[in-house]
Amino acid sequence: MTEPLAPPPKKNPQRRTRLPTLPPAMRSRAGLGLALAAGQGRFALQCCAECGAVQYPPRDACHQCLATDLQWRDQPTGGQLLAETRIHASPDPYFRERLPWRAGTVQLDAGPVVLAHVHGDVAREARVRMALRLDRAGQGVLMALPERETPHMEDDPMLREMGTHPRHRRVLITDARAPEAEPLARALLDAGAAHVFLGLAEGWRPFPACERIEAIEGVTLHPLDVTDAESLADLAGSIGGKVDILINNARHIRPGGVIGAALHDTRDALEVGALGLMRLAHAFGPAMRARGADGVNSACAWVNVLPAQALAHDPGFAGAVAAGAAMRALSLSLRAELRAGGIRVLHAHAGPIDDEWHQPLPPPKLAPAALARAIVQGLEQGLEEIHAGDVARDLAQRFAENPALLAREMEGGA
Amino acid sequence: MVLDTLTKALASGSVRVVDLTHTLDPDFPVIVLPAEFGQCARFRMDEVSAYDHRGPAWKWHNISMSEHTGTHFDAPIHWVTGRDVPNGATDAIDPVAFVGPVCVIDCSAGAAADEDFTLEPTHIEEWEARHGPIPAGAWVLMRTDWSHRQGAEYLNLRKDGAHSPGPSPAAVRALLDRGIIGFGSECVGTDAGQAAHFDPPYPAHAMLHGAGKYGLQCLRNLDALPPTGAVLICPPLKIRGGTGSPLRVLALVEASA
Repeated sequence: MTEPLAPPPKKNPQRRTRLPTLPPAMRSRAGLGLALAAGQGRFALQCCAECGAVQYPPRDACHQCLATDLQWRDQPTGGQLLAETRIHASPDPYFRERLPWRAGTVQLDAGPVVLAHVHGDVAREARVRMALRLDRAGQGVLMALPERETPHMEDDPMLREMGTHPRHRRVLITDARAPEAEPLARALLDAGAAHVFLGLAEGWRPFPACERIEAIEGVTLHPLDVTDAESLADLAGSIGGKVDILINNARHIRPGGVIGAALHDTRDALEVGALGLMRLAHAFGPAMRARGADGVNSACAWVNVLPAQALAHDPGFAGAVAAGAAMRALSLSLRAELRAGGIRVLHAHAGPIDDEWHQPLPPPKLAPAALARAIVQGLEQGLEEIHAGDVARDLAQRFAENPALLAREMEGGA
Repeated sequence: MVLDTLTKALASGSVRVVDLTHTLDPDFPVIVLPAEFGQCARFRMDEVSAYDHRGPAWKWHNISMSEHTGTHFDAPIHWVTGRDVPNGATDAIDPVAFVGPVCVIDCSAGAAADEDFTLEPTHIEEWEARHGPIPAGAWVLMRTDWSHRQGAEYLNLRKDGAHSPGPSPAAVRALLDRGIIGFGSECVGTDAGQAAHFDPPYPAHAMLHGAGKYGLQCLRNLDALPPTGAVLICPPLKIRGGTGSPLRVLALVEASA
């Protein structure tokens, strides 16, 4: 049985904050495929196009027929635990700090026998449910989970260590005015978040949801405008050491193409989306990266909400989507920079939201509460890429199949 | 000799310099238009270096803003009615307009009682009865103490728009009849918050600029000025084709005044 995770005690100010260390991160190009699948919450392994043999570990030629066409395909998640052990000594700095560590061999229903991390609730010789999870270094690793849910299983030290679960963590949402902000704050608190800081730009403009949000226990509003470096420095100076999860949902969506749209709208979109992300990273990135191993409520995740069309383009929202694409590129670099602290960068690709700027568009449109749920689920599962809503999922699938073709298809809009 | 007397008076303190300007602050409110229109950029400041690796011995910022951010000047070409006014851009206006006598009409009691207070011709006539006629070429400033308001109270936006004081169309006509050179307000614009519903809409903008006059907004410290007798100094930046500009607005006030 997993012990429920207790809220962390107040920090001892006389002790040095433990520096983040990482598990071994070197992988082959083929091996990185595990991270991609893990980041999307898929259980995929290489499969030989010639003979059908499922491969593990990832490789460049089939272990059975030496063919080189190995394709990543989703596999059945079942398995049988063959042998397990608890490791009590390791020369690796990361594992030394986290011993004992449970590992075992599993006969996958998909074929191979694999070495996997084993959840504490898995009984000996039990059937298991396999998952690909991202570890603290951002690499895909195999994890054997109990076949059925067990109480508090997400509080297992190993799962907690690898994941980005909001429980007992403090979250900053950068834009309180975005339609998903309020449901997101509530969903985070429901998931056990200790506190939600909500950034509010232009406090001198009316904010109808203000009173409702302020009435939520565990939520506070703070002046924050991602286009204003001074406001970021002020807030980081106040709560920078307490932000365990940062959700950057600030974005500036306006309709229009390249020829017809106003330049200032695109400039604003870039100021908020792309440069805003950089300003946020300057203000909050260093402290978060330094707090990747800071106990139960260590810093663990940075979420960027991106327009789903940022994978390609959208003539109906050219500037806003271009800013999203710039944001995505910056966010990928940020992901690499935060990796050193074990901080995960999660991209939440959002389809057109059911708001005033997408009002004339036909359904399906993404309900703000659905986006909120998707983000919290992504954090609970420790993902790197989520696609919220039918449009976002469809675009991601078409992008994976053929990016150039998607770009042509998008000439008619999302 | 006049200037010599003036500089001596400034040195002795018998003439004071009053700053009528708000600090350019990233969080200072700007006018808010319906969301589908282009918006007024807020003041922004990015550090270029601060005695560090980006520039070891110096600190400087890149700044950006609208021509109509913070305490600012409106040129005639700001409004469609003034688009064809000769020399109607900030770089072309005769600089003599930037220094002149200033009349301050105290509407603070009215604005305190009614946030939609409008300056009417009767107020102007009452003021003239006490202080003499408004001279041609004068700046007229509408004191409302609105600059004392902070945060959301300043724009005072509601579902039906902003609620803040300003002149009625008839008052603007009356000021134009007196040959003023410009009109200034403590609010975010020269017009009242609800001026879209006046006839004509936005009379201060439409009528003043159509007549080649100038505007000043987001002024402060008007309560430190006498009704008459002060000198206003308000040169905007010399922006080519500029429709306005943030500026430092000063008033020279005689200590006895």
